[in-house]
Amino acid sequence: MNNLQHAAGIIFIVIGLGFDIFGCIGLIRLPDVYNRLQATTKCVTLGTCSILLGTFILKGLGTTGIKAILVAIFLLLTSPVAAHALARGAHKSGVKLWPKSVMDKYEQDGN
Amino acid sequence: MKSKLVLFIIGFIVWSLLTWPLDFQHLIAGLMVAAFVAFITGDLFSRRPHHFGHITRYIWFCYYVPMFLWECLKANIDVALRVLNPKLPINPGIVKVKTTLKSDTGLTFLANSITLTPGTLCVDIDTEKGILYIHWIDVKTQDTDKATELIVSPFEKILKKIFE
Amino acid sequence: MKNLRWLMGFGVLAASLLFIMLYPIPFLLSWQSGFLAHCFFILMLCFAMCLFRVMAGPTPADRAVAIDTLGILIVGFCAILSIPTGRDWYLDIAIAWALQSFIGALALAKYLEGRGFDE
Repeated sequence: MNNLQHAAGIIFIVIGLGFDIFGCIGLIRLPDVYNRLQATTKCVTLGTCSILLGTFILKGLGTTGIKAILVAIFLLLTSPVAAHALARGAHKSGVKLWPKSVMDKYEQDGN
Repeated sequence: MKSKLVLFIIGFIVWSLLTWPLDFQHLIAGLMVAAFVAFITGDLFSRRPHHFGHITRYIWFCYYVPMFLWECLKANIDVALRVLNPKLPINPGIVKVKTTLKSDTGLTFLANSITLTPGTLCVDIDTEKGILYIHWIDVKTQDTDKATELIVSPFEKILKKIFE
Repeated sequence: MKNLRWLMGFGVLAASLLFIMLYPIPFLLSWQSGFLAHCFFILMLCFAMCLFRVMAGPTPADRAVAIDTLGILIVGFCAILSIPTGRDWYLDIAIAWALQSFIGALALAKYLEGRGFDE
């Protein structure tokens, strides 16, 4: 049982690190603020939640494990709100979309 | 008054989880802090606190969480494949969708769900008209109704049963 | 002035890359297993990418996004750091950092919108 617990925790941490690094590659490669925000919000949030879940599995129901679960729930609730606020702020401050974008209904509606 | 009571219970549960090995002194301090916070900010917490008593809402919430996590995992794999592809197959744009949800909590959860599901990011909400502006990394349709069908409707049905 | 800024940015990036190169510092290795050293290596690569985006982002919005991402990554770093050392106050730091990063992102967004802080 102890070996299985250890292996499961390590696997969750490795998956989380993989998603983290994919998100950061997206932050470098994608051409536009909104696309970068998509990549980082999705990948980095779920990657960090996966690392915290791995910590919970490794540590069990002690002080550390329960705090890790609380931080994971908090991140899942707040990270999309921060992304939404940053996207709206970027659009209000006049950052254009990528020139090859298809459409921009938000600008057409006069906001 | 009911709203203050709900906030007091939630705050006390979070406090006792943060100081997990349950201890008499920590519980006394938690009671005092939770009562103080509930007394000051309790009225801002919920406008319709009687919703917390309905059991069917909790059952629908338990159905919503695994579906949300599964969509979240699919979104991550989708973004990772797009980023690692050397041709960078993106086709972005901002589309407009409609929603029929009215309550603030429901709209917040809808925006969060949309942000963490494949290829979409909520940019702005117009609360009065019920319009969401959504940045889509791979625009499949430019029509408002079809986009609503594709993006919003799978979550809206469940969230209406939870929060309305 | 612009040259000076780029020079400082490259200095920070070079320092972080040098730290990545030298990461198995001997006095840290008393509690570091090989697996955790690899974890720290990958997280340091992520930090370097975020710092590059802070340095080179063409608009202020890019820099705000990179700062927000850096905050979430540091939460994961604290969580990994609490495994080998067995000290649970690293998770307290993670909670405080998550709260502070969220509030900082909201304040940056408000600044980008061009509104005051009392609206």
